[in-house]
Amino acid sequence: MSGLQRKDLLDIQSLTTEEILLICNSAKYFKALFTRSIKTVPILRGKTVCLLFYEPSTRTRISFELAAKRLSADLINIAVQTSSVVKGESLIDTVHTLEAYKADFIVMRHAASLAPHFLSRNIKSSVINAGDGNHAHPTQALLDAYSLMEKVGDIQGLHIGIVGDILHSRVARSDIEIFKRLGAKVSLIGPPTLVPDEFRMYGVDIYYEFDEILPNLDVINMLRIQRERQQGSFFPSIREYHKRFALTNDRLKRCKKDVIVMHPGPINRGIEIDDDVADSAHSIINEQVTNGVAVRMAIFYLLAGGTPLDEKEVE
Amino acid sequence: MKLLIQHGRLVDPASKTDEEFDILIEDGKISKVDKNIKNIDARLINAKDCIVVPGLVDMHVHFREPGREDVETIIGGSKVAAKSGYTSVCTMPNTNPVIDNQALVRYIKKQAESGPINVYPVAAITKGSMGEELAEMGELIEGGAIAFSDDGKPVMNSTTMRRALEYSRMFNVPIITHAEDITLSGGGIMNEGNNSIFLGLKGIPREAEEIMIARDVLLTRLTKGRLHVAHVSSKGSLDIIAMAKRSNIQVTCETAPHYFSLTDDAIADHLSMAKMNPPLRTEEDRKAIIEGLRNGVIEVIATDHAPHLPNEKMQEIAFAPFGIIGLETAVPLIITILVKENGFSFLDAFEKVTINPCRILGIDRGYIKEGAVADITIINPDKKITVDEKFIISRCKNTPFMGRELFGLVEYTICNGTIVYPFS
Repeated sequence: MSGLQRKDLLDIQSLTTEEILLICNSAKYFKALFTRSIKTVPILRGKTVCLLFYEPSTRTRISFELAAKRLSADLINIAVQTSSVVKGESLIDTVHTLEAYKADFIVMRHAASLAPHFLSRNIKSSVINAGDGNHAHPTQALLDAYSLMEKVGDIQGLHIGIVGDILHSRVARSDIEIFKRLGAKVSLIGPPTLVPDEFRMYGVDIYYEFDEILPNLDVINMLRIQRERQQGSFFPSIREYHKRFALTNDRLKRCKKDVIVMHPGPINRGIEIDDDVADSAHSIINEQVTNGVAVRMAIFYLLAGGTPLDEKEVE
Repeated sequence: MKLLIQHGRLVDPASKTDEEFDILIEDGKISKVDKNIKNIDARLINAKDCIVVPGLVDMHVHFREPGREDVETIIGGSKVAAKSGYTSVCTMPNTNPVIDNQALVRYIKKQAESGPINVYPVAAITKGSMGEELAEMGELIEGGAIAFSDDGKPVMNSTTMRRALEYSRMFNVPIITHAEDITLSGGGIMNEGNNSIFLGLKGIPREAEEIMIARDVLLTRLTKGRLHVAHVSSKGSLDIIAMAKRSNIQVTCETAPHYFSLTDDAIADHLSMAKMNPPLRTEEDRKAIIEGLRNGVIEVIATDHAPHLPNEKMQEIAFAPFGIIGLETAVPLIITILVKENGFSFLDAFEKVTINPCRILGIDRGYIKEGAVADITIINPDKKITVDEKFIISRCKNTPFMGRELFGLVEYTICNGTIVYPFS
């Protein structure tokens, strides 16, 4: 088998299970580089990576930036505030400009769902979705899956709870897809306003009482809750939300003793997750960040036509 | 000029005629309908293998004039309509400015004079379609308005809608409702359901449409007015309308070809090209629309022809405007989806685009008999067409049917006794 036989990485749905495993497996070898004093390899030398971010992002942008730099790519960083987009240039025109610069990869973050899909149909460059609206965040899902595999070996049979604002979460959608694909049992936890019944189509269970399902979970993935959802009447107050759905110290005590706590970040300490829970031995939140760079290196490598790696090749 | 249509299969829903007849046209009127008409000085039209139907009527189009003549014009839209088999269209008033005074109604009629087909302006219910004060309905009727609608937006204020239904009784014209509770649909992009959840796009629940239809039906009962519901898209809407009809409330409705042809599955493939309001719904709704057409709850098929320039549609789906063009694909979809796939007779299918809208609007057209105005469309129902850049003559190509192969080619459109398509 050679690398990824595709131009773009847009969502988890369009990846085969073999491709998911290939990415995760390759990430392992890139992560091994991080302990060396020289962390760069010349895999993408001469290639141009453009980060096109229409939405503010720190960790995802830096993670992609670092991944591209460690692969020796040339990097263009376009944030919407500093580009001609604020002057009202259409996405199509921006993209034609980038194409004229001969960008090999466009990493795109956009507040509108399906924007990368629209882009990919109109450009020859590889498009990597770094998060589109509420739709998909495939590289986050891949790094979440990789982080769990690294911790427990096999995701098959794990019971993973995803807690919070599922409705507005691209991470939740992509995580559900990847965890289900890899054989996990997935439960969604939150109020009905944020966990509509339609999510059952993914083959998940829905719980409105966190405490009811808490003791059964092997993994708890907490999502960031945004204060503006209160204005949209999705819940009446942060206080009530915290009481019912936050992962508190008290709740952690009632979890399985080897429960794994995840969070895609950035975390709201004291809102959806308590301080000491986020910093506890159960938390793999910081490991997720490190792994994000390795997974994104693997994605660049495989989309550029790289073949499956073994230990020796990375050496 | 005399025209003689020979060897065609006359399909006239008004008289329930479906039989081979020749038709002679003289001085803009149908002078004779008979077997084997002989006439030596008439221009002959061979309609072998074709159905000959009354000129089609589309009671819901957007020709963008005045205001957006860069997108479409009354003349340009009329030509597209003629090519599509239509001899009469009703233009919606959501132009810039909104058609809310007599001068503007007259302007539309004036612009249409040199065009190939009949254009009937629908005027606004409220001033500027702002949903507050009634437009001068009497003046608008005198100027030539055929009906009233604030299409594009609902009249959210129930008292205003009540007054509109009440006041318009003087003129015996329908109030055409754009049924949408915008407090429920606001910001939505596609039908709310599995697909919207899957794609992470804000949904528009069918209830946004159904609640408004229910309100308007009840206001029609209260006022004894006449209500026509535009672009019905959901099963629940039809249940409410059917119930209203059983209670003898004066309500009629239309659907558009895309609602019996597509579901919200089309969004993932066609993105903004499948974005319209109300949105494409589910297979259950699509089937209910077909049943509603079959059992008569839906009287009319109207296209909601809504041209948008390529650069307006070629955007992120959230930012692209709602609406698709519909004229040129209407006949092929009616024939392919209703007649060929769902077993509709030509009579049942074509009454929705001929006599039924004419009856609702009080237009003396839409039927074929001796003495009638010669509006006639000749269609070869077995001829295959491909919807492509060449087939679509409209300058706006915003359609989710691009690339589809369908049956039904319009061969001739005759309006007021003149061949208006093929173009001379």
